[in-house]
Amino acid sequence: MEQQGGQSPAQGPRVSLFVTCLADLFRPSVAWAAIELLEQAGCTVDVPAAQSCCGQPAYNAGEYDAARPLARQVIEVLEPADYVVLPSGSCAGMLIHHYPRLLEGEWRERAVALAAKTFELTTFLTEIAPLPAGDGSVTTAVAYHDSCAGLRELGIREQPRELLRQRCDVEVLELTQRDVCCGFGGTFCAKMPDIAAKMSDDKLKDALDKGARVLTGGDLGCLLTLAGRASRMGHDLEVRHVAELLVGDTGTPAIGEGDPG
Amino acid sequence: MEQTSQRFLDNATEAIGDKARAERRDMLALFTPIIRSAAVDAFPDFDEARAHLKAVRQHSLDHLDHYLARFESEALANGNQLHYARTPEEMNSIVLDLCQRHGAERVIKGKSMVTEETGLNDFLERGGLTVTETDLGEYIIQQAGETPSHIVGPALHKSPQEIRELFLDKHALGERDLSATEAMVAEARTVLRDRFLGGQVGIIGANALIAENGYSMLVTNEGNGDLCANLPQVLIVCTTIDRVLPRMEDAGALLRLLVRSATGQPQTCYTSFYSGPRREGDTDGPLETHYVLLDNGRTDILAGEYREMLECMRCGTCLTHCPIYAAVGGHAYGWVYQGPMGSVLTPLLTSLEASAALPNACTTCGRCAEVCPADIPLPDMLRDLRNEENRTGLTATRWRLGLRLHSQLARLPSLYRFATGIGIRVMHLLGRRRGHFAHVPGAAGWSRQRDFPAPQADTFMRQYRARQKAGAGDE
Repeated sequence: MEQQGGQSPAQGPRVSLFVTCLADLFRPSVAWAAIELLEQAGCTVDVPAAQSCCGQPAYNAGEYDAARPLARQVIEVLEPADYVVLPSGSCAGMLIHHYPRLLEGEWRERAVALAAKTFELTTFLTEIAPLPAGDGSVTTAVAYHDSCAGLRELGIREQPRELLRQRCDVEVLELTQRDVCCGFGGTFCAKMPDIAAKMSDDKLKDALDKGARVLTGGDLGCLLTLAGRASRMGHDLEVRHVAELLVGDTGTPAIGEGDPG
Repeated sequence: MEQTSQRFLDNATEAIGDKARAERRDMLALFTPIIRSAAVDAFPDFDEARAHLKAVRQHSLDHLDHYLARFESEALANGNQLHYARTPEEMNSIVLDLCQRHGAERVIKGKSMVTEETGLNDFLERGGLTVTETDLGEYIIQQAGETPSHIVGPALHKSPQEIRELFLDKHALGERDLSATEAMVAEARTVLRDRFLGGQVGIIGANALIAENGYSMLVTNEGNGDLCANLPQVLIVCTTIDRVLPRMEDAGALLRLLVRSATGQPQTCYTSFYSGPRREGDTDGPLETHYVLLDNGRTDILAGEYREMLECMRCGTCLTHCPIYAAVGGHAYGWVYQGPMGSVLTPLLTSLEASAALPNACTTCGRCAEVCPADIPLPDMLRDLRNEENRTGLTATRWRLGLRLHSQLARLPSLYRFATGIGIRVMHLLGRRRGHFAHVPGAAGWSRQRDFPAPQADTFMRQYRARQKAGAGDE
């Protein structure tokens, strides 16, 4: 593929941000934070207008026929980019691992080519365009929830912790069962709500037992699920996306919390 | 056994409500992965061993006809008799017939999931035989009239107190103190010793069949398999056609992974290879040995897209690593096999109609595939089974319609932005003060157990476009 616009060192990497549908709809502050972080790392960021959803909800529900055209559309929209970055491990995993599995022939080749330049946000900011150290600090106790797709499909474990250490001067509190699912699982949490609630309760208890005041992570699906359960159970725990913490945005109401103003 | 897989959700809700058992499951879910990790980490090249075994298993399944024929000829040469059973009913009839032919009344059994699959015990008992399970866990659930909750630890769901009460009730041994676990084990040993000595036919399973010499392999920790195999005059090995490995060294490769994954041990207390009946000069061993090799749909699985499932070695580690198994326990799955492997196998061995809930009992978290010593892509298979449910009309219409509409809309980004823009702004306005909704129309499943976070503002894409327009206006 042709290099778009010539990549001079001054200009830095050219990144197309795939916002993800959950950030677009429920938590725009995550997308704004992602743009700010990428720009601080010296990237030129654009947000292709023709994006919506990566097709993961349909794909994981086994609706392959519905997910396929979406995957092809995402490939078409994103393949001109030098790099594609997503503030979500599971959506990045969808593009990187599942598009090639879902598609065939020429489209599979294009999916594989796209996968090679697609990154989850915290991985990109540690491995491709290192984020400069910040002077911010987070004084509250933060626990990190490792989302399963990011953890197992993309090996995201140390990257967000390292960034939180550098940027916010915070050591995350480690959960006892940090590699166990929170109960989201796409449509799973709506199809099997009692089981999902039990799984979320375990995760929330783990965080609260560790003394966490903030529970953060890299995937809004998990965070919305956990925040929704924490709110229902009346737990005193803020749930925020890691990108928000990294730009020092702790003023925005946490997920599921009201805005008294 | 009666299948209740379709009642998975009700079974699950009931199981979650049983606090004492839920606590036991939580403990197991916490500790068994630690024990397994310790064993795997202490083994220098687990991943390499896994890749090697995978290649061996794939090769042996690719050439199953060849290796099965080789096993057959070697096993016959060793003096064994072989029987093939297409269906569970055929296996049961063959075994009953063999028992009756020897005038046997008392059968002793080692643990065998295959005979759970065929419901052999009930069948033999209806035929007038007395069957005693001799694996301690299996003995416990037999006494309790229950089914295994875990393929390796069938009685893991039972507390010591439950087992104590069960023994006091079932064993007519008068007043005695069973407060110590050792006392319970000693009692089971005493009771079982008589059964072993009185057994006329022994039935065991097999962890592998070895083509090059016609041996079968069995691992146990209690030695009960050896007693079942060697004390009675007749031995029947009940297993399935897919268990064949080419060489003895392949059995070694299997053992290294199987045992560490199953129990966290480097090796089980007993690893036995059975060659055949007593030979001239042997001081003990059965006089007659039989293999009953069950198909029960495995030939179809071999020919289909779920063929890798035949590589499963029944270690049970995907169960104890699965957060859904941990939440609901094995009985909720409603058939012989539980957890991720059960959710794949049950639809394949019974029918997707009878178990349509099971492939959905998965968050695709991937922990099962990560630890699977056979490297089976269980989450991918479960997703493919969901796809099959969609294609065969087993998925509720509202789910299908919702997801398909969403995908259709997402394919038209301008319309998507317009439509979501309206919906999100309305939700934001209604929800911003509280930050969440207790109920959202159309999201009853979600709202049942959790609040629905309100959108923070207008959609990002609309905000971004507005900002770009404003920026362009400034220039």
